[in-house]
Amino acid sequence: MDIRKIFQQYSDRTSYPEIGEDGKPIIDLSSHKYLKMWQGPQHPGVTGNMSLELTVCGDEIVESKTHVGYLHRGFEKLMERRKFIQCFPTCIRMCVAEPDPNEYLLAKCVEELSGIEVPEMAQWLRTLVLEMARLQVLLRGVPGQGGTFALGLGYQWGNYIRDLILDRFEELTGGRVYHMYILPGGVRGLLPDGFKKRMEENLKLADEFVKSIDDLMYSNSVFKQRAKGLAVIPKEYIDKYGVYGPSARAAGVMRDVRKTNPYLKYAELDFEPYTTTESDVYARSRVRWYDLQTTIDLIRQIMAKMPEKGEIKAPTPNVLHWKIPKGETYVKCESSRGEYGMYMVTDGSDMPRRVNLKGPSYTHANMLLEKLLINANIADTAGIMVSLATCPPEIER
Amino acid sequence: MSLKDILTPFTAWKRVARTPVTVRDPFNDRPGADRYRGFHKNDVDTCIGCGTCESICENEAIDLVPFKDPVSGDSGLRPRIDYGRCCWCALCVDVCTTNSLTLSNEYTWVATDPEEYRYTPGVDKKSWDENEKGWKKPEGNYEFYDLNRVAMHHLHPEERSDSFIEMVTGYSKEQAMTEADRCVECGICIATCPAHMGIPEYIKAVRNDDMEEGMRVLYETNPLPEICGRICTHKCETVCSIGHKGDPLSIRWLKRYIADQIPSDKYKDILNTNNLEVNDKKVAIIGSGPSGLSAAYYLRLMGYQVTIFEQYAEAGGMMRYGIPEYRLPYDQLDKDINYILSLGVEIKYNTRIGDKITLADLGKKYDAVFAGTGLHLGRGTGIPGSDNEHVYYSTDLLRKITAGEEIEVAESVVVIGGGNVAMDITRSLARLQMKKYGRINIIATSLENEENMPADREEVVEAREEGAIIHPGWAPQSIEIENGVPKGLHVVKCNSLFDETGRFNPQCSMDIKEYWPGKMVVQSIGQGMDMTYLSDEFKENITFGPRGRVQTNEYFQTGVGWFFMGGDIIEGPDVIHGIANGHKAAVGIDRYIQDKLNSKK
Repeated sequence: MDIRKIFQQYSDRTSYPEIGEDGKPIIDLSSHKYLKMWQGPQHPGVTGNMSLELTVCGDEIVESKTHVGYLHRGFEKLMERRKFIQCFPTCIRMCVAEPDPNEYLLAKCVEELSGIEVPEMAQWLRTLVLEMARLQVLLRGVPGQGGTFALGLGYQWGNYIRDLILDRFEELTGGRVYHMYILPGGVRGLLPDGFKKRMEENLKLADEFVKSIDDLMYSNSVFKQRAKGLAVIPKEYIDKYGVYGPSARAAGVMRDVRKTNPYLKYAELDFEPYTTTESDVYARSRVRWYDLQTTIDLIRQIMAKMPEKGEIKAPTPNVLHWKIPKGETYVKCESSRGEYGMYMVTDGSDMPRRVNLKGPSYTHANMLLEKLLINANIADTAGIMVSLATCPPEIER
Repeated sequence: MSLKDILTPFTAWKRVARTPVTVRDPFNDRPGADRYRGFHKNDVDTCIGCGTCESICENEAIDLVPFKDPVSGDSGLRPRIDYGRCCWCALCVDVCTTNSLTLSNEYTWVATDPEEYRYTPGVDKKSWDENEKGWKKPEGNYEFYDLNRVAMHHLHPEERSDSFIEMVTGYSKEQAMTEADRCVECGICIATCPAHMGIPEYIKAVRNDDMEEGMRVLYETNPLPEICGRICTHKCETVCSIGHKGDPLSIRWLKRYIADQIPSDKYKDILNTNNLEVNDKKVAIIGSGPSGLSAAYYLRLMGYQVTIFEQYAEAGGMMRYGIPEYRLPYDQLDKDINYILSLGVEIKYNTRIGDKITLADLGKKYDAVFAGTGLHLGRGTGIPGSDNEHVYYSTDLLRKITAGEEIEVAESVVVIGGGNVAMDITRSLARLQMKKYGRINIIATSLENEENMPADREEVVEAREEGAIIHPGWAPQSIEIENGVPKGLHVVKCNSLFDETGRFNPQCSMDIKEYWPGKMVVQSIGQGMDMTYLSDEFKENITFGPRGRVQTNEYFQTGVGWFFMGGDIIEGPDVIHGIANGHKAAVGIDRYIQDKLNSKK
C-alpha cells in the first residue's frame, strides 16, 4: 500500500472519519488508516496526570477519550472520617496549584453551617490571599500556554515572579505552596511589617511581566498561527458542558462569581472581568492575560482599602470536638479556572457526612476536551488542555 | 499578521544582559520567613504532655513518648514527630495548651538514616532549638477553644450574709454545655484526682447532654457526687491543661451539674443497683464520713453485708458536722447518703466504738473492719488566755451549728487560723452575728501571708465580700481576759514560717504589734484525731508513722489483717482523698476476704 496515496485521499480533513447511521464515527482499525495511541499519563502534576486515548489518522485526532483515575487520593472520603479542623490539611491538597480556594470553601461551609460571622479584617485578608493565589497561578498559567507551543521562555520569567509571590505567601501564612491560612472563623495572622511595600515591588515586576509577555506571546506570529482558531468552544456548549470562568468569558459569556455573586469583599472592589467572543485557545489565553492585570490591580485595591488592624478570628467552639448541626450547604468562589464550589452535608456529628468539590476541570477536561480534540493536531493537545486550565488533582479529589 | 508580530518577540533579547535571579547558595542565602513553618521545637519544661497536639494531628505524625516520670499536672510524656507523616500544617502549635510547641523557620535537613526523621523536639537536640523565628500560635483573640470559664452565679453578699442558704446557684444546661466544650480531653486531671475520676468522660457526657451516662461515670469512682460537686478541693482544676493559658475548667461545678439533674428515685435504675446480690460476709465500718461511705458503697456493690457505726445522730461525719450549710446543703448531703443506705447498708447511729462495743468485738463479729474516723478534735494554740471558757475550737462550734444548738455568738469575734475550716467558722459566725446583731464584726488572722494562706482563694474572697476582716501574716501572742471574758487578741507581725531546712519555725517582728478586740475567740489552726478506740494491745501490732498517723499498705490495710483505716486520719484532709481511700480499701477488704476463703479451701 502506498502511504502517500492514503494521505492524498484523506487530505480533505472535513470528510473523515465517516459518520455512521448511529452518529458515531466509523473507525476500522484494521483498515490501517487509523492508529490508536495514548497520550499520558506521564507527568505527576498539572495537566499530565490524566490520560488521553486518541485515535489518529496521520497526525490528526479523529476520536478521543479521556481517562482519569491515576491520581485518586480519596480526599472527600477521608474527610468523612476527620474532625472539621482536621479536614483542612487534607482539603488544601485537592487542587495543588491553587490551594487557597479549597481552604476558603471548606471554612465557609463550616462557618455557614454553624452560623459563624467572620471578622472584617479576616475577610479582607481572605480576599487578599485568594487574589494572591490567582496571581501566582496566572503568572505560571499565562506563559504556560506559550510553553505548550514550545515557547518556554516566558514561563521562566513568570515563574520567577511567582516565586516572589510565594515569598509573600511564606511571610504572611508560613507556607509557600500549602498555606493553611484560612481556618473556620478567620485567618491565622495579620500582615507582617513591610508586607505591602514588598508586595508592591513584586507587583511592579508583574506589571513589567504583563508587558513583556504581550510582546513575546500575544504579538508572536508563531503563537498566533498555532493558537488562533484552535479548539473553539461554541457558545451553545457553555451551558451544555458547564463551562466556567475564563473559558466561558472567552466565548462571550460573563461567568465570574466575584462579579455575579460577590463574596468576601469583592463587592467593595472595582473591577470588570474581560470578555471576548473568539473562544479559541488564543482568546482564552488572552482572557487570562487580562485576568492577570485585573488581579494585580485588585491586590493593590485590597491593600489600600483593608484596615491596618483588627480581629483575625471569630470565637469558635472547641475545635477538638466541634459538632455542627444537621444541614447542607453549597458555597462557591471564583478560582483562576472558574467557578469552584463545595457542597457539604453535616449530620450533627463532629465530622462532615459528605464533602463534594465541584471544580471546573471536571467538566472541562473530562467531557469538553473530548469534543475539542476532534480534528486537532496531536501537537496541539497540550495547548488545548492548558487552555482549559485542566487540573487533574481537582478532578480526582 | 504583521511585521510587528515577527519582530516584537525578539525584544526578549534585552533580558540577556540582566543579572540572573537564581539563589546561588540556598542553604545560607535563603532563610525561611519569620513565620515559616519549619522544623518543630518544644520547650520540654513548659510542656506537660497533655497530648492535644497528638489529638489534632490528622496525619497521626505525633506520638507521645516517655520523657520523665509522671508527676501531678505532667504526664511525663513528650510529643515525638514523625517527618515521614508530618505535613507542617502547625495545627499542633495552635492547639498546644501551654504554648510550648512551636516551629522554627529552618527547612533544610539532611540525614542518611531515615529513622532520624522521627525525633522528639526539645529532647533530641537539634541545631534549630535556639532559633527564635518560625511559626508560633498567632497572637490576639486566636484560640481553638475558649480560655474563659463560664462564670458561676453566686448569691450576692447581701443576699447571703444573714442566711445559710446555698450561695452557689449551679449551672444551667446551656452554661454547663458551654463550659464542657472547653475541655480538650487530655486527662491530665485524672492522674491528679485522688479518686482518679473519669473527668473527661463525664465532661463529655455533659457535652452530649447524656446525664445518665455522666452519672454512671461519676459512680465508677465516686459515690458522693452531689457532695464532691460542691465542696471538693478540686485538685483536678489546679492542673487542668487549659489553666496554663486561661481559666481551668470548672470540673467541680460540672460534676455537680450532672448529679443535680438526676432525681433520687432514678439512681437505682440508672446505676443498675436494683437487685444487688448479698453474700454471707460482713464488714463493719467505723464512721460515716466520706471514706466510710465510699468503702460501704463499693463493698455493698461487691455483695458484702455492711454495717456503719456512727457516733453522732446523723451520717456524714465532717461533711455534715464540719462544713457549713451554705456550702453544702443538708438535703444534697442526704441525697448521696440515702442512696448508699438504700442499697442495704445498715447504719447504727449514736454508737461510738470504744464505749460499749470495742474494736476487738467488731473484729470477732465481722470479717473485716474499716475505720474512717476523721479529725474531729480541735487543736489549741496554747497561748496565754486560750484556756478560757469563751475561747472555742472551730470544730466544736461547727458541730453545734449543724446540730442546731444555740451558740452565744459575741458582738465581736476573733478567729485564729487561715485554713478552710477557719473560713468556714468565720463565715458561719458572721451569719449568726448578722442575724443576732444586724451587723458583722469578725476578724480572722493567720500566720501565713496573703499569698500563702492555706484556705482556698475563693473562700477568702467570699469571706471578705460578706464583711469579715481577714488579716494574714500575724502571729497570736496572748488573749487578753477581762472579768473572765476575752477582751481581745494580741498579735505580732509574722515574717516567715519555715526556716532554711524547711522546718516549721515562725519568725516574727516582736516590735510590730497589733491588738484586735473580740469578746469571743475561736481557735482554728488544725484538727487532731481521736484514736482512743485503739487499745494498747492493738497498737502493738500497728506501725505509726509521722504525725501519729497509722502506716498502712496501698490497700489501707494495717498490721492487723482484718483492720483497715482511711480518710483524714491517713491522707488528706479532704473529702476526695477520703472517697479514694474508701474505694481502695473496699478493694483491699475484698481481696483480704477472698484470699482467706481461698486459703481455707
